Amino acid sequence: MSVDAATVRRIAHLARIAVSEDEVPHLQGELNAMLAFVEQLSEVNVEGVEPMTSVTPMQMKKRRDVVNDGEIADDIVANAPATEGHFFMVPKVVE
Amino acid sequence: MTDLTSLTLAEARKGLAAKTFTSLELIDAHLSAIEAARVLNAFVMETPDQARSMAREADAKIAKGDAGPLVGIPLGIKDLFATKGVRTTACSKILGNFVPTYESTVTSQLWRDGAVMLGKLNNDEFAMGSSNETSCFGPVGNPWRRDGSNTTLVPGGSSGGSASAVAALLCMGATATDTGGSIRQPAAFTATVGIKPTYGRCSRWGIVAFASSLDQAGPIARSVRDSAMLLRSMAGHDPKDTTSVDIPVPDYEAAIGKSVKGMKIGIPKEYRLDGMPAEIEKLWSEGAAWLKAAGAELVEVSLPHTKYALPAYYIVAPAEASSNLARYDGVRYGLREQGKNIIELYENTRAEGFGAEVKRRVMIGTYVLSAGYYDAYYLRAQKVRTLIKKDFEDCFANGVDAILTPATPSAAFGIGEKGGADPVEMYLNDIFTVTVNMAGLPGIAVPAGKDAQGLPLGLQLIGRPFDEETLFSLGEVIEQAAGRFTPARWW
Repeated sequence: MSVDAATVRRIAHLARIAVSEDEVPHLQGELNAMLAFVEQLSEVNVEGVEPMTSVTPMQMKKRRDVVNDGEIADDIVANAPATEGHFFMVPKVVE
Repeated sequence: MTDLTSLTLAEARKGLAAKTFTSLELIDAHLSAIEAARVLNAFVMETPDQARSMAREADAKIAKGDAGPLVGIPLGIKDLFATKGVRTTACSKILGNFVPTYESTVTSQLWRDGAVMLGKLNNDEFAMGSSNETSCFGPVGNPWRRDGSNTTLVPGGSSGGSASAVAALLCMGATATDTGGSIRQPAAFTATVGIKPTYGRCSRWGIVAFASSLDQAGPIARSVRDSAMLLRSMAGHDPKDTTSVDIPVPDYEAAIGKSVKGMKIGIPKEYRLDGMPAEIEKLWSEGAAWLKAAGAELVEVSLPHTKYALPAYYIVAPAEASSNLARYDGVRYGLREQGKNIIELYENTRAEGFGAEVKRRVMIGTYVLSAGYYDAYYLRAQKVRTLIKKDFEDCFANGVDAILTPATPSAAFGIGEKGGADPVEMYLNDIFTVTVNMAGLPGIAVPAGKDAQGLPLGLQLIGRPFDEETLFSLGEVIEQAAGRFTPARWW
């Protein structure tokens, strides 16, 4: 399988990465090189094989449903590029 | 007094205990070495004040006699580990001036045991690379050069700063991470020892995530013993990482010098690649001969799905990366580029903040997870991963204790030499290491010799899950036979 220019633009949008028109051919070439490389997986017989979900066999750990952290709003917003009080600031999203 | 930077960690520990020198003297010697080696670009942040204050605390503890196993030992920390109050960037522009308000579990355990941080080490952006050339801080120089050449070579990657700093005697050990070979390949390129432990052995909490089902932390050091000492402190159960395993951490150092007599060592025929350099073949048979001379038994084994590990990796790892890196949105931390609306803000921030390799992988990951392609790519890759793991399980079920392979298909190469036209050329560096991540197994790279141009080459040992001890025992046999290698100083 390979991707065309329209698919490259669609993937870039899904990935939320702005891509200019001149970058598209280059990215298309690189993505197609990677897709050509992974193409060899189609020769493997995976009939009846379970997909891997956990590389180390283990029971999912559970913890009590209690509050064990919190009251650290200052820490949470400490690295944000724009804040007001304990809120992250973003451009207007609702008209 | 001998140069304090040339001691191994084990020797420094003895010297500190015997009060031959203080931790502060040890730290000062290393801080001067770092200053004189800035051309290598191994450190992206030096923390001399913090280092001296930690050293003074270490000296006080030594004086009181309640010192931890790594007390006063100078370490470098890969910039992928969150360090409280010290800038942590994963060497990406998108994290900008991120200063964590918390400490990663692995580093907090090193400080618990008395170690001292000298600074943060360079790496490929988000650990995506095999040469340390994708870092937003620029490439790292390998302290090794070809005989009679002035060309600066890459130290490998992604833990290139860790490997370079340890090889150049700038720190006694370093933390590193390994998703497809990022500890073992740079170790092999710099004649250092690097171990990627079993998946789940070290907590991933507080380490910048790349591909969560593959990422593991481990040490890079100058001897097998030093790496065992460091792993003992780094490993252990952490309730904050659900994939961290709750089994006791053995005293890895006790495995050093243990007899390997009667151990069955597998030599996988699929690792004998067409066009493999003769010197790598030779090194591999030499390694096998050393283990045999120590009493181990060699058997040929087959890992039939080996050739599919790298292509499966380049689906699984980018898919997980595209999901993990969704958090860099210009809102909660790091870089922000303005946009007319919030979508544009995201898109502009990520276009500006991510480097070319990261964009490429995020986009491939987005594609293989997108509607209509998930089954053909991601699901198939996860099935192939099951088969890769089964190859190893069958091998261990037949009584094989460990597997011996070359660590890399070549020695270090020059900056800008690889991957310019086709990214896959660079990816092939990890061909011998990536299988181990796909199967979640422990793997150690040990220096074993040099190529015709005088560059170091390493061997890899792959072990059963949570049997790092066997790797340390076998690694020590190789180190004893091959000796240790130090680069001639040119910086």
